[in-house]
Amino acid sequence: MTATTAPLATAPVRATRQPSARLRAWATRAPLMPALVFMVVVTQLPFVATLVISLFDWNALYPKARHFTGLDNYRQVLTDADLRHSVWTTVLLTVTVVLVSLVLGLALALLLNRKFRGRGIVRTLLIAPFLVVPVAAALLWKHVLYNPEYGLLNGLLHYVGGPQPDWISNTPLLAVEASLVWQWTPFMMLILLAGLQSRDPEQIEAARVDGANDWQVFRHLTLPHLRRYLELGALLGSIYIVQNFDAVFTITSGGLGTANLPYTVYQSFYQAHENGLASAAGVLVVIGSIIIATFALRVVSSLFREEVSRA
Amino acid sequence: MNAVLRRNGLGLVAWLVGIVFFLPIAWMALTSFHSEADAATNPPSFAASLTLDGYREFFGSGGGASPWPALINSTVASVVSTVCVLLLALPAAYALSIRRVRKWTDVLFFFLSTKMLPVVAGLLPIYLFAKNTGMLDNIWLLVILYTSMNLPIAVWMMQSFLAEVPVAVIEAAQIDGARLPTVLARVVAPIALPGIAATALICFIFSWNELLFARVLTGVVAETAPVFLTGFITSQGLFLAKVCAASLVVSLPVLAAGFAAQDKLVQGLSLGAVK
Repeated sequence: MTATTAPLATAPVRATRQPSARLRAWATRAPLMPALVFMVVVTQLPFVATLVISLFDWNALYPKARHFTGLDNYRQVLTDADLRHSVWTTVLLTVTVVLVSLVLGLALALLLNRKFRGRGIVRTLLIAPFLVVPVAAALLWKHVLYNPEYGLLNGLLHYVGGPQPDWISNTPLLAVEASLVWQWTPFMMLILLAGLQSRDPEQIEAARVDGANDWQVFRHLTLPHLRRYLELGALLGSIYIVQNFDAVFTITSGGLGTANLPYTVYQSFYQAHENGLASAAGVLVVIGSIIIATFALRVVSSLFREEVSRA
Repeated sequence: MNAVLRRNGLGLVAWLVGIVFFLPIAWMALTSFHSEADAATNPPSFAASLTLDGYREFFGSGGGASPWPALINSTVASVVSTVCVLLLALPAAYALSIRRVRKWTDVLFFFLSTKMLPVVAGLLPIYLFAKNTGMLDNIWLLVILYTSMNLPIAVWMMQSFLAEVPVAVIEAAQIDGARLPTVLARVVAPIALPGIAATALICFIFSWNELLFARVLTGVVAETAPVFLTGFITSQGLFLAKVCAASLVVSLPVLAAGFAAQDKLVQGLSLGAVK
C-alpha cells in the first residue's frame, strides 16, 4: 500500500518500478473515485455557492439590483429580531428534544435489557414511532392528537373530567417538541440498548460477587460504559434535529414563534425571495452544525478506533 | 419472591410504556377505518362501525387529487436512488475495507462530514441551478440529491459489513486461483449480503421520508408522497379519517422496510459506529 512513498534505492530501479506502483495505487483507488467525486460535486460545490451568494444583496424579484455587500447579510441576520429568535428556537428545540428523548430512551433501554415475557413485541411497539413518515407523524399529532375539539388527548382528558386545552395555540413549541420526542426516543433507545448489550457480563458478575447492588452496578459500571453511547446518541440526534423541517412546517408552519433556522432559510428564499439573506442564514446553520459535528466526529472516531483495534 | 415480583413488575412497566408509545399509531389505524363523523367525536368513539371510506377518499374517489402519481414518484425516487447508492458505495466500501487505499480512515471521515452539512447549506444554489437548467419539478433531480444524501451512510455501513469478511478466506480463494469476480461472488457476497440488504432498506427509508428538497424542488409533476401529504388538507369539513388513512398508507413502506431491517437499524442510523 505504501509502495508509492517508499524510498527506492537506486535510480534505474525507480525508473522501471514506479509507474507500475503508481498504476497499482490508482487501481486500488479507482473503485473509490466515483463515490468521492460524486459527493464533492453534489454536496461541496453548492455549499461554496451558498458562501458566495451570502455576500451579495440579492432579491430574486429584483435581479438587476444584485450587488456585492460583503458581510452585510450576516450583520442583518444577526441583528434581525425574527432571525435571532429563530436561532434561539433552534437551540431550544434541539436541546429539549435531544435531552428528553435521551433520558426516556435510557429508561426504556434499561427496561428492555431485562428478560420478560413478550420483550420482542414491546421492542417492536417501541420502534414503530420512528418508522412513521415524519410528515405523517406531524399530521397525526397536529390533527388527530392535538385537535382541541375532537383530538385524542382532549378525548382522554374528557373521561377524567380534565380541562380541554388548545395544545398548539397555548404551547406551540412544546407541541412540536412532544411530537419529535415521540419519534426520537426509539432512536435513542436502540443506540443505548446496543450499548447495554455490549457490556462485559463477567465484569458485572464479578461486581455482584463482591456485593455491589443494582444502583452501584449502574452508577459505576453501566453508566461509564454507556457514556460514549449517550454522547453518540445526543450528537447524532442533534445533527438530525437541528435540521428539522418537517415537524415545524407541518404542525405550526413556523408560526407562533416556532420557526427554527431551517424553516427560516426555507421561508426567506422560497417566499420572500431574499437569496442573499437566506444564504447567510444557511451558512450560520452550517457553522452551528460544524460545532456539533466536530464533537460528533470525535466520538464516532473513538468508537471506530476501538472497533478497528479490537478486530 | 420479592425478586420475581420485581422482575414481573418491571416487565409490566415496559409493556405499559410500549403500549403508550404505540397508542397514537393504533389510534391512527383505528380512526382510518371510521367514518368521518365517528372520527370527530369527543369523547372518542372506540367502538364505532368500520368502513373503508377514508381510504376511498384518499385514493381520490371523493373528487380530490389522486395520490398515485405522488406514490409512484416517491417509489421511483427512493428505489432508483437506492440502486445508485449501492452502485457507488459497494466499490467504494471495497476500497475502504478489503483492498484498502492509503489514508482510508480519512476518506471515511470525509464521507461522514458531508452528512453533517445541513441540507439548507446547499438548498438555494441547487434550486437556482435547477431553475436555470430546467430541472425544477423533475424527479431525476431528486434521485441525484437522495443519492448524495444516503451515500455517506451507505459507505460507512458497507465498509463495516465488508470489513467483517475475513482476509484469510479471500487470500485462500485467491491462492486457489479464483479471480476477483469469483472471489466477490462466492466469498464476499454471501457474508456481506444481509448487511447490504439492510443498507438498501435504510437508504430507501430516508429517501421516502424526505420533505425539504422535494417541497422546494418539485411542483405538480414530480411531487412525492410527503409533499402530497402536506398539501392534502385543504378542504373544509371533516377530514380526520382521510388523514389517518393517508398517513398510514404513506408510512406502510417505511414500517415494512424498518421492521425488515430491524436488527441492522442501529448500525445504519449510527453510521456504523454501533454494532
